[in-house]
Amino acid sequence: MRRIFAAALLLVSPVASAGSASADSQDFDRIERGRYLAVLADCGACHSKPGGQPFAGGLALRTPFGILVAPNITPDPETGIGNMTDAEFLASLHDGRGRNGRRLYPAMPYPAYTKMSDDDVLAIRAYLATLAPVSNAVVTNRLPFPLNIRLAMVFWNKLNFTPGRYQADARKSAEWNRGAYIVEGPAHCGTCHTPKNFLGGDNNDHALAGGTLQGWFAPDITGDVRKGLGGWSKDELVQYLKTGANKWTLATGPMAEAVTHSTSRMTDRDISDIASYLKDDGAHDASPRPTPVEAGDGVMRAGQAIYRDNCAACHRDAGTGEADLFPLLAGSAQVQSDDPTTLVRVVLQGTRAVSTLARPTAPAMPAFDWRLTDAQVAAVLTYIRNSWGNAAAPVAASAVATQRTSLAKTP
Amino acid sequence: MARKLPPKDVVIIGLGWTGSILGYELAKAGLDVVAIERGPWRDTASDFPPAYAQDELRYAIRLDLFLRPEQQTLTFRNKMNETALPIRSFSGFLPGNGVGGAGVHWNGQTWRFLPTDFNIRSHLEQRYGADALPADMTIQDWPLSYDEIEPYYDRFEKLCGTSGKAGNLKGVKQPGGNPFEGWRSAEYPTPPLKQGLGATLFAEAARKTGHMPFPQPASNLSEAYTNPLGVKLGQCTYCGFCERFGCGNYSKASPQTSVLPALLRFPNFSAQTESEVTKINLDSTGKRATGVSYVDSSGQEWEQPADLVLVCAFSFFNVRLLLLSGIGKPYDAQTGQGVVGRNYAYQTTSSVDLILKDKILNPFIATGAHGMIIDDYNGDNFDHTGLGFFGGGYMGFGQTNARPIETRPVPKGTPKWGAQWKKATAETYQRACSLATHGSSYSYKDCYLDLDPTYKDRLGRPLMRMTFDFHDNELKMSAFLTDRLAEIGKAMDPAEITAHPRQGPYNSTIYQTTHNTGGTVMGTDPSTSVLNRYCQSWDVHNVFVPGGASVFPQNHGYNPTDTVGALAYWTADAILQRYLRNPGPLG
Repeated sequence: MRRIFAAALLLVSPVASAGSASADSQDFDRIERGRYLAVLADCGACHSKPGGQPFAGGLALRTPFGILVAPNITPDPETGIGNMTDAEFLASLHDGRGRNGRRLYPAMPYPAYTKMSDDDVLAIRAYLATLAPVSNAVVTNRLPFPLNIRLAMVFWNKLNFTPGRYQADARKSAEWNRGAYIVEGPAHCGTCHTPKNFLGGDNNDHALAGGTLQGWFAPDITGDVRKGLGGWSKDELVQYLKTGANKWTLATGPMAEAVTHSTSRMTDRDISDIASYLKDDGAHDASPRPTPVEAGDGVMRAGQAIYRDNCAACHRDAGTGEADLFPLLAGSAQVQSDDPTTLVRVVLQGTRAVSTLARPTAPAMPAFDWRLTDAQVAAVLTYIRNSWGNAAAPVAASAVATQRTSLAKTP
Repeated sequence: MARKLPPKDVVIIGLGWTGSILGYELAKAGLDVVAIERGPWRDTASDFPPAYAQDELRYAIRLDLFLRPEQQTLTFRNKMNETALPIRSFSGFLPGNGVGGAGVHWNGQTWRFLPTDFNIRSHLEQRYGADALPADMTIQDWPLSYDEIEPYYDRFEKLCGTSGKAGNLKGVKQPGGNPFEGWRSAEYPTPPLKQGLGATLFAEAARKTGHMPFPQPASNLSEAYTNPLGVKLGQCTYCGFCERFGCGNYSKASPQTSVLPALLRFPNFSAQTESEVTKINLDSTGKRATGVSYVDSSGQEWEQPADLVLVCAFSFFNVRLLLLSGIGKPYDAQTGQGVVGRNYAYQTTSSVDLILKDKILNPFIATGAHGMIIDDYNGDNFDHTGLGFFGGGYMGFGQTNARPIETRPVPKGTPKWGAQWKKATAETYQRACSLATHGSSYSYKDCYLDLDPTYKDRLGRPLMRMTFDFHDNELKMSAFLTDRLAEIGKAMDPAEITAHPRQGPYNSTIYQTTHNTGGTVMGTDPSTSVLNRYCQSWDVHNVFVPGGASVFPQNHGYNPTDTVGALAYWTADAILQRYLRNPGPLG
């Protein structure tokens, strides 16, 4: 009898919950939980435009396949999600299917959100229903033909998408499981940090081993001692997520946004659980250390001279930097990453670190594109990647040239 | 036609040291604050990155960071019976421009005034007799004591992370510090900078001649430091490009490196740059300000209503804005009546040039406040009986820079150009150094600021007119100090020594210092001051001038910035703890 009643409710609910009726606006606990889950899931990062109304959409995401614009998710019935049913909302996050079964593109990280519990997803829904409706029509799909045909995602999903909620690992602690749930589910860390296949799907054999997107390399955040977070203590990782800075580095680029809108606003407990999980993601030997480029090499000698003239004032002669101000270069996993995209980018274009309540300074790296040639940038990076105990493949001048061209196209 | 903006709680005129400190304190207290800045936005990484910040031609010679006279200038004359002419190229002093103001281009020399500086007139009259001071000398006691300002000095030094060695901790003398300084509630936030060979040789000679040298207090940081606002500064690299330059290494304290990162996080603070405030507007009673008018770079006029108006520009422009707005009675030098523009003062500097024998000084290893100093001849640290002057200054070996265009010392008799000159500069560069005195400038009846009767700015408003010359008291003081310094210089066993005591008349085309003080003096008597002891206008209670050097009743033998910063915090506390509870005159 009870089961039948529940089934009947399920049948009824899509109709009953049309509009904002799904949210009981008196249910403070649930709405507050939804607000916090929206922080964990960093919904605002994509669904808000700088200077625009929160959650009213409009941020253009440059994917390798073209431009997608995040829609308005305020409860406006016309241009937002006010007319969406709870079932449709669940299907969006769990299955990548929007209103009327329309296929979403995986720029919406449903391959991660699918791990979230129904209860958590609907709490977010309840919170979004309390926002002031904003009328802001957004043309979301700006992909070129034939990618603009949403039905293509049926095939993409078959190849790249495994729906299903998070399954706890009984062998691990509650803290570890909570951390895993956040990382793999709402926080969707793999969306950036997991390498992608040629279709843009996650290469889950190398989950969190680093990925390149939007002209940045999101570094390896596995426990790999040489390339990943293995060299960071748990406390250093907690400090980074909470404040955006630690003795190793400062968050910048897309991670600065993630720190601003999401990780710095997480509870200390959740940050600690995330760190517990990331620091214990299975046995990780250090990946093999490449043979460093010899110090006497011509490129290295040129790189050293360029480094002393341009970099040493802040990063110091021995690459020691200064905590919370100038990133440490000696021993840095990021500096030695296989993919130097971020390194080339910050040298060419400069970048500003995140400002948080705990670390308001937001120091910035100046641009050197006007001053250093491609070969000079390549030389100084090769020097930095192979000095003070560092070892990594040299950076080619042609790679700098390619990136210089692509940065010029995307202001 | 001015367009009217929505009202704010507070409008700040000028976003330098005082504007950013007041902005931070008041925004933190929840007030809605807007700062209006005449010059451009300036940020470390984009405006003075290390890749080109050390460009002597651009910044030291062509004065890239400074105010352009085409935008705003003043007229100058030495004597009241002369006709003042406009300064068409700033050279004697260099007013800053843009966000950070003088806090961007300063050297970082961070000095407290002496306890007796704060009651200078009564102290001198008591010690030397009521008739000892010259009749036309208009120095007066400050309206607050050293004991009252001490906690605020401490706050500003902690904001900057100032490097140094205390000489007096809570009344207990400390070896290695300045034995003459007033008591400090705490040691300097960071230890002293490392000294070079030249400073070390000077300190030896000073000790040998019976003086007490100590490291110069510096806001060019000896080590990385996180200030109470949570903002982090880096370690100074001794690159020698401080004064006239922005610091690209986050190691010289400035509004950019010490305040703005924290200030900009407040959603209730905003800044409007490249906009010049033309007037503080008053209501029909003339006793209350209603806000300010300003003009943006497109020539559009705006009216910004506000409940509180904070005048935080450079000293000259604070004075001029009060004169143009009709706040306070203008000073009349003929009658000695009136207050706005009264007690303009400067700084009396001099030098002793040395060429040493067989030394390699590496003078390019330098920073803005780098050296060993003695304070034996500052203020009233020495007996003035029979000397024929009052005042004094610190002196010593300061290695601020040895940049290639301007640093070309040569022995006497060297030709001014050609092969011999080139040879001499190459041979002398490593051996030459300059010792300096940094003396007080007391105020006089005939040294003042008013509106020029002839010359107008681009908006049709009268330029400000400066009437200033050195008086005998200052020239005698400079001669005495320079002699003492030369004696120490001789003890350094130089191959050649040349003393340059300050000589009159004041020449506004030769750079001496940008320590221009007075004109909106703070005091206890409305007939001799523009502001009460809380830097609040006697006449218009919601106008404050929070501690710019224009509030100094006279200038003492130290750089002004520490006192400027301390008074900014002093005023912020007065506004928060007194004025906001009961808006009205605090005096």
